[in-house]
Amino acid sequence: MEEFFEPIAGGILIGIASMGLLATLGRVAGISSIAWGAFAGPDREWRLLFVMGLVAGAAILHTLTGNPIPSAPEGSLPLAVIAGLLVGFGTRMGSGCTSGHGICGIGRLSLRSLVATCVFMATGVITVLIVRTIMETLL
Amino acid sequence: MKHWPALLTGLIFGAGLALSGMTNTTKVIGFLDVFGAWDPDLMFVMGGALVVSLGATPWIIAWTQPLLAEAFSLPINKSIDKQLIIGGALFGIGWGLWGYCPGPAIASLAYGHESTIAFCAAMILGMWLAGKLGLNTSRLNS
Repeated sequence: MEEFFEPIAGGILIGIASMGLLATLGRVAGISSIAWGAFAGPDREWRLLFVMGLVAGAAILHTLTGNPIPSAPEGSLPLAVIAGLLVGFGTRMGSGCTSGHGICGIGRLSLRSLVATCVFMATGVITVLIVRTIMETLL
Repeated sequence: MKHWPALLTGLIFGAGLALSGMTNTTKVIGFLDVFGAWDPDLMFVMGGALVVSLGATPWIIAWTQPLLAEAFSLPINKSIDKQLIIGGALFGIGWGLWGYCPGPAIASLAYGHESTIAFCAAMILGMWLAGKLGLNTSRLNS
């Protein structure tokens, strides 16, 4: 059970933060939309504050708990750019990501968000399967 | 500073992501590797967040207005359109290739890894491109 404590506690914090934003400012905590809005507007101020909070919150967590900072992601810089482009393009085209659809949308019992969540989970799983299969064949 | 709750909730959200393991791409890819050496831990992140969200959202949005704003700003497009499906599919591919979805990617800027800066810049560029092509179908009620 202890090994699940941090994922569960982290998930509950994410849920509390999302509900806090909804209850106070009446906004959905969908990070892809917030990130784009912080960059391009409209209503940049609250979105920029939220984005700054995300970065600072992660830094504070590691400082307070002493949990080691994860090592740099594996993979080349061009792959990071390709993946980033897909994530950005896909979340704007699909109106949301893991937080907006997966947590807030399903929380509102939105069928649209449930469908989106099933789709990106499925292609995520298939992508990892394909990449691992290719790597294993090459090595 | 009437928007201070955004900073506070952002801090809590970022701390939650870092505590949960979502900012560790090895762990995320292990979670998505359902047909391999599956690491189920991150299912509990989604589970923990969803218990809170499913419990509190219907109650909160039934209020006449939020505590510190005039009105709730909620999505009103309910259609399962092709943008939703194709966009979601492309997002999942990018997520599986690298291991970051948008929240953890931004929170991980705290770690100062060069590739994370590149990922986030490319993510914003991808968002701009999808908007430029007129592919975003989200609408808010206010």
